[in-house]
Formats: sequence, structure tokens, C-alpha cells
Amino acid sequence: MELKEKLLDSHFAFEEQSEVNEIVQNQRSSALRIFQEKGFPTKKIEAWKYTSLNSILNKDYVLFPRTDSNIELKKVKQYFLHDIDTYKIVFIDGIYSPFLSDTTHDGLDVCLLSAALSQIKYKEVIDKYFNKSVIKDESLTALNTAYAREGAYIFIPENKVSEKPIEIMHFSTGEQKSLWLQPRNLIVVEKNSQVQIIERHQSLREHNIVTNSVTEIYAHNDALVDYYKIQNDLDSASLIDNTYINQEKNSHVSVHTFSFGGNLVRNNLNYFHKGQHIMSTLKGLTILKDKQHIDHNTLVSHSKPNCESHQDYKGIFSDHSKGVFNGKIYVDKVAQKTNAFQQSNNILIDDKATINSKPQLEIFADDVKCSHGCTIGQLDEETLFYLRSRGIPRKEAKALLTYAFANNILQSVQINVLKKRINEQIAEKLGVNLGFDL
Amino acid sequence: MLTIENLHAAVDGKKILRGVDLDVKSGEIHAIMGPNGSGKSTLSSVIAGNEVYEMTEGNIVLNGEEISELDAEERAHKGIFMSFQYPVEIPGVSVTNFIKTAINSSRKAQGLNDMPASEMLKKIRQKAELLEIDTKFLSRSLNEGFSGGEKKRNEIFQMAMLEPKLSILDETDSGLDIDALKIVANGVNKLRNKNNAVVIITHYQRLLNYISPDFVHVLHDGKIVKSGTKDLAHELEAKGYDWIKEDSN
Repeated sequence: MELKEKLLDSHFAFEEQSEVNEIVQNQRSSALRIFQEKGFPTKKIEAWKYTSLNSILNKDYVLFPRTDSNIELKKVKQYFLHDIDTYKIVFIDGIYSPFLSDTTHDGLDVCLLSAALSQIKYKEVIDKYFNKSVIKDESLTALNTAYAREGAYIFIPENKVSEKPIEIMHFSTGEQKSLWLQPRNLIVVEKNSQVQIIERHQSLREHNIVTNSVTEIYAHNDALVDYYKIQNDLDSASLIDNTYINQEKNSHVSVHTFSFGGNLVRNNLNYFHKGQHIMSTLKGLTILKDKQHIDHNTLVSHSKPNCESHQDYKGIFSDHSKGVFNGKIYVDKVAQKTNAFQQSNNILIDDKATINSKPQLEIFADDVKCSHGCTIGQLDEETLFYLRSRGIPRKEAKALLTYAFANNILQSVQINVLKKRINEQIAEKLGVNLGFDL
Repeated sequence: MLTIENLHAAVDGKKILRGVDLDVKSGEIHAIMGPNGSGKSTLSSVIAGNEVYEMTEGNIVLNGEEISELDAEERAHKGIFMSFQYPVEIPGVSVTNFIKTAINSSRKAQGLNDMPASEMLKKIRQKAELLEIDTKFLSRSLNEGFSGGEKKRNEIFQMAMLEPKLSILDETDSGLDIDALKIVANGVNKLRNKNNAVVIITHYQRLLNYISPDFVHVLHDGKIVKSGTKDLAHELEAKGYDWIKEDSN
């Protein structure tokens, strides 16, 4: 059976096994109809011109994994942050793992979406926010909505700073040979509150896994959201990440995406402005090799005056790896005094590596400051000569310069232990073995 | 130490050096002066092994060994150092980490293990003290946001750490105010000894007020057209380069 048919036909069984309120049920049903009508995106669609899903769609997947997978802490400990205390929402093969998690309801909610969707005390929040920020006719998002049941639910009430960062971790064990997961996260940060979140998807051994994830983030007035996506999965894992961010007045939402692995990764990162004096930050660092493929598809929709957005993506591509950067900035005619900045800088290490970079600026206001730039290059020979003249061999010199190129994306990472960890990962990915005392 | 014979070099097919001869012995300081476009920077780049320049004829012999076929890093391992006119910036890599990497690369090439961290630290402190460098400076990213003077001081600090046999200072005085110039010159003077040698490449003689050369050579049109002692530098300062050009034509 074709994957699309399987997804459509399995929905009835899915509905039977999950209790939700009627509103959510209706949203799921209409989302399924959208997916039925649109199907999976193809390269004929402009936004998917450089990324084909064919290689992952022509396989058979388990949609409802067994519920008894378990893993020992010591096997996954390395993927968590150390040295600092964090809240943890952990899933194994899509199923919540209470054993590995550390949730809370003390002053803030860090728990499961399945609980929020089924319990009456969350109904008000669910009715107000669930599926309200997404682009409804985007077929992969619709597919996720149709199957939305499990994921992280984070609610930070007014004037609350979450003292601990929150880690959202998805492990897959490989017990199912092929697995299709659709996690759904809902994050609401009320007025003048702050939170830091780290999201990671990690296979523990090689197996076909596709994760089609949707995250909705609502940042109210003066809220501060600092989000980190760590994409360093095995080459058998693919990820389609759809993130929708709604920002109110004076809020700042920052998303850092570190993409160091995986078979195919597509990031649809969307920002919508609902008030003035908003700051949106999008930073990405991609280091790929072999046949890995990444597609960063960003949208910043400036619909109010006096807001800022800042995008800075860097990519380093070796072997046959491929990168796509498609950054759209929309400035509505009322969004005067917008300050939108976009930069995409790339280094191709090998002749066979490719990058397609496409800035898309649609500006309807006349008093704005928008800039975009894109570079694709190789390492400068003169610079290499400087390092070599100090006795550093060509290969190490190249690694060191690439490291320097990548490193500055790290400067804005606010969690020190995370910064250190990623720095080590960058050095490892680039083969820089300098014994840095970072 | 360094013997250059009949050196010819070109860049992009354009001939720049047309038969340079130079003999530098241990303990000596040589200054190579010349007007713009005479080939000064090409000469330093060719000695250091920059592949942008094609050496078409001649020999470069360091301590009895022909080095013109060696890569830049191999020449560095054999004791050649070049202070750059425009040192590059490397964000995210501190001066200390950079110099550690450089030193251990050379040690590795010589079959030695990494220098123990304590020894490295001690050496860094000693050399920083010798050159009057604030240790805070050493934890900054290499050359990033450095002033012109700081960049050149950093070059001399690297020279101190790497302890080369032959140092080539390419236009080290350019862009320096008099205070920075004195500091850099002072550093070079402290580092010279009877076992190493220094070649100073410069347009102006002002650096030579602070570093006293044993020999001064004038490069013109890709050749050394005149050699002499320190007095030659003063003569050039007073009379300019025109008389040399006329003499050699």
C-alpha cells in the first residue's frame, strides 16, 4: 500500500485509541482531509524545488509503535545536558518515558500534550492555542495535526522565569525496522516570562525513521523564548520539522538550529508578528558530509511596525552533501520601520557538494531596512598560507579555519554547557583535534 | 644559514624576481629595501613557500638543504618564519590555542610528542613577559579586532614561541605608530642571538633606527642592485630610490 493511503486508512484506528475533546477531533478530521487532498509535497512545488521526499516515501512504516520499548539511562545519558539541572520530556519510539523524564506542574507546566488534550483542566488553553498558529493548508503540517496526540506541553504563566532549561528528547530504539513518528509540541509563554528549550531527535541504532514534527510556540508580551534544535542524528533518520512561532509585543524568540547529521532534514521555521517592537532571531549552523541533505525554509512575516528580525545561517558541506536555504521575509505595508536582516554563508569543501540559496524578500512598506546576503565559497588560500607558514599542515589548517567560520554562530548560545558541548561537536565534525581547553 | 642563488619567480605568468642572490649567516640581520613593486614581498613569500608564486629558476638553501620543493608547513618545521604584513583573523581560536597548535604541529613533524601543558604555559608566560605582552591578550581570538600594533606584536610573539632559525619580517613597520614600532623592534632585538638570523623587508628605513642591520640590500626590478652596510639605508632615506634606479638602468 502506498504510504499516503496507509496514513489515510489508519486514521480511524488512531481516533479510536485516543481520547480528545470534540474541537480537537474536528481539527484532526479536517486536517486529514487537507492531507488527503494535497498529499505529500513534490518538487513541482516551488518551496520543495530542491528537496525530494521520494526516497523516504517509497518505504513502508510502522505508524503505531509498540508501547513497551525501554532503554537504560546509561545508554542515552550522553545525549542529555550534564552539570546543570533540567526538566526533561522524553519519548522512546514516540511513547512517553516516565522513567527518563523529569516533568513538573509546580508553578509551570512541563508535561505531555496527550495529557493536555484529554484532561478538562487544560481545555481552555488547548481551545485557545492548539493548531491556531499553523499554516493549515501545508500538507505535512496537516498530516501531523491529523495524528496529533503526543509531544511536549509547556505552559509558563505570567511573570515566571523557568529556572531550568527544558529538554525535549525523542529516542528511537530501532526495534521497529521502519518507523513514522509525528510528535506535536505546544509551548505557551505568557506575559513577561522566560524559558529555554532544547529539542533533539536521536536514533540509537540504524533504522529507517521519519519524524514529521510540529511545534507551536506562543510568546506573549515581553516574553523571552530561547530555543535550540540539535539535529545530529544517524544517517538512517530523516526529520521534517515544522515550527510556528507567534510573537506578541516586545517579545524575543530566538531559534538556533544545529544540523550535523541525519539523512534528510527539512526545517520549516515560521515567525508571525502580532505586536510591535518584536525581536526574532534565527541562527543556523550546518555541517554535513556523505549524502546528507538539509533544507532550511524560513519565513518571517513582519505584519506590525517597529519590529526586527535577524537571520544568520552558516553551512559547511563536504562529500556529496546538499544544502538548501530558502529564506522568505514578508513585510506588510503597515510594518513601517521594520529592520530585517538575513545572511547565508556557505563553504563547499568538496566539488560534489552543493548548496542552493534563495533569499525571497516581499516588501510592501516603504520605510524599512532590509538586507540580505549570501556567499558560497571555498577557504581562502592566502589565509591557509598564513596557518601553514606557522607549521600547521594543510588539512589541519583547513579544519581550523572551518572551525573559526562555524564558531561565531555559537556566540549567542545562552546555555554555557550547551555551548561547550556544541563547540566540541563542531571540532569533532571538522576533524579538529586541538585539545582545546574551551 | 640561508643561501639564495639566481632566484627567479613569477605570479600569474608575470616575472617578478629576476635573479636574486642573497647569503645570510647565523647571527646576522639583513635588511632588504626597495621601492614599491620591486619584488620585496614576492621574495619573502617565495622563501616562506607561498604557492601563489611560481619559482621558475634558482635555489633556496637552508642550512645546506635545498628547500624550494618543500611545502610552507615543511619549511616552517625546518625553522623558517615569516611575519605577515597583513596577519589573518581567526575568530573562535585564541592566540594561545593557535600557538599551541603551531608548536605541536612542528613537534609532530619532528617525531616528538605534544609539549606538556605545564611546559607550554611556562614558555608562554616567559615570552609574554619578555615582549611585555599582557596575558589577557593571549586569550583573545587570534587577530580578531586587534589594532595594527597588536597584530604585529602578536606576530613577534609567535616568532618568540616558535624560535625559528630564520625570520623574515615582511613590512612589519607598515601601519605602526612610533610607540608600536619601538615595541616590535625591541622584541626582535631581544629574540636575536648568534644562532638565528633575521631578514627585514621594508620600504622605509625607520624600523632600522631601532633594529640595526649588518647588511642592507636594495631590490629593484626583481634583482638586488646594491648591497652595503647600515649606511646605505641612511643614504636611501636621504636621497630616495631614484638614484638607484638610474644607476641600475
